[in-house]
Amino acid sequence: MLTIRDLSVGFRRYRGLFRHEETSRLSGLNLTLDAGEVLAVIGGSGAGKSLLAHAILGLLPPNAVLRGKLAFRGQALNPVYPPALRGRKIALIPQQVSHLDPLARTGAQMSWAARRSGSAADTTARLAALGLPPQVAQLFPDQLSGGMARRVLLAMAEAGAPDLLIADEPTAGLDPENRDAVLRMLGEHARRGAGILLITHDLKSVLPIADRVAILDEGRMRGIEFPRNFTGRGAELTSSYARDLWRALPENGFLTDA
Amino acid sequence: MPVLARLLLRQILLLVVVALAVFLLMKASPVDPVDAYLGPAIAHASPEQKAQIAAAWGLDRPAKEQFLAWAGHVLTGDLGFSTTYNAPVAQVMADRIGASLALTGLAWLLSGIMGFGLGLVAAAVQGSWLDRGIRIYCYVLASTPTFWLAMLMLMLFSVRLGWTPVCCAGPVGVPQDEVDFLARLHHLVLPLAALTLFGVAQIALHTRVKLIEVLQSDYVLLARAQGAGRVDIVLRHGIRNAALPALTALMAASGEIFGGSILAEQVFAWPGLGRATVEAGMKGDVPLLLAIAMLSAVIVSSANMIADRLSRRIDPRMGVA
Repeated sequence: MLTIRDLSVGFRRYRGLFRHEETSRLSGLNLTLDAGEVLAVIGGSGAGKSLLAHAILGLLPPNAVLRGKLAFRGQALNPVYPPALRGRKIALIPQQVSHLDPLARTGAQMSWAARRSGSAADTTARLAALGLPPQVAQLFPDQLSGGMARRVLLAMAEAGAPDLLIADEPTAGLDPENRDAVLRMLGEHARRGAGILLITHDLKSVLPIADRVAILDEGRMRGIEFPRNFTGRGAELTSSYARDLWRALPENGFLTDA
Repeated sequence: MPVLARLLLRQILLLVVVALAVFLLMKASPVDPVDAYLGPAIAHASPEQKAQIAAAWGLDRPAKEQFLAWAGHVLTGDLGFSTTYNAPVAQVMADRIGASLALTGLAWLLSGIMGFGLGLVAAAVQGSWLDRGIRIYCYVLASTPTFWLAMLMLMLFSVRLGWTPVCCAGPVGVPQDEVDFLARLHHLVLPLAALTLFGVAQIALHTRVKLIEVLQSDYVLLARAQGAGRVDIVLRHGIRNAALPALTALMAASGEIFGGSILAEQVFAWPGLGRATVEAGMKGDVPLLLAIAMLSAVIVSSANMIADRLSRRIDPRMGVA
């Protein structure tokens, strides 16, 4: 469904008046994501995870330089982003509550999201489906708890029943109960045939729902692993980076080879 | 209503301070009210006669006593007598406040609406030639003195092109209450344009910067990810989030527009409070000047207070104090 071939993203900035230099942030990325699959992208901060999400959505800043090929269902996403894809076929679940307009009520923002994706703005039903009371529609974003906000963001992303969901750290800052609830909802989407790109730094929590785990570090892919291989001392893992990462987890003894 | 009481107390304190400052400044000014009152007739007045006038106006008493006497009268609702216009201050103000409000109020409102609109457009097409054009316009206007702009417009539109009248709020020689609406409008256009053009710059620049900030926010990123277009984003998120700073800037600009109107009224010979201020200052007419200063203090401080209160109502994050 989603094919990424040799993707590189850099930023151009001016030095002096005429010379400019480019700093590379993602290079040589290859990924595929199939329908019904959950692909977890693991990496620390600055690894380029959010950049990857923005590149797939065609939302890179103007000074970004994108090379390589991005395609969604055979349709090229670059250099010109096709219309009527964002919000309808590809949706973003963002990281923080700051992605909600602080001056608009939750209900209004949910119905805007629905209208933008071309579907009906049935806010009450959408809230109920997430286990939230209808009064939540009257609240402003700063009045939502972390878990509620995450569910609202999820509901907004689901409004257009997208084929590809890009979840950028959907569980950061959540308690285990809310975290598992969000992950469970993402897993259900995958079972209904959607592709999920799950971006996170929390390796352990996504292992139960991920089909494959891609490891990103400093803008480069360090290997794609199967979740079942993250076990014991990680002997089955194909890349040494993944093995080191696994062993360095507190539960696995903080082991470092160095 | 402890909040209201506190605000009222602050307002009263402000008025006392403003009145005292204006009074002391006038006492320190070299203008002698009696000389200014007599004008050319001073050649026929003896020092004894001048002393008589000064005594009749209470100018022979100590400054402290003069101020307290004035304050006492104000508390009973008597604003005093204007020596410039030979009429009670309340009467002078009532005659002019309509013309002033029409000019200043409209200029303030129009500059708010136009400034907000221009700012939104400039930010939405940031970096384009349209944005550059709006910015250059704002920078030029923001660094142009109102009276100079007024004089240029007068030279162009009234003297050279003859489109607008050269002065006043109605044809010369016709009593103000006999001037019909169209003639009034015709006389209002040029001073209003001068004051509005001047006021637009600030609001537009404030709005532009705020909207640019909004357009780079996380919530606009999400809106774009949802497939929203530029117009959708500006209408739903831009106006909502840029309105408060624009409103605050507009309320804060009320003082500048009021100050600008003094100069513009002078240039266009507009019979409003601005011109009365200049007259009162030149002739040492303390009661009239005090009354105008206090009125403008009330207007400017109320406008800022309203902006303050409004932002707490509109923005849920500010909370209600």
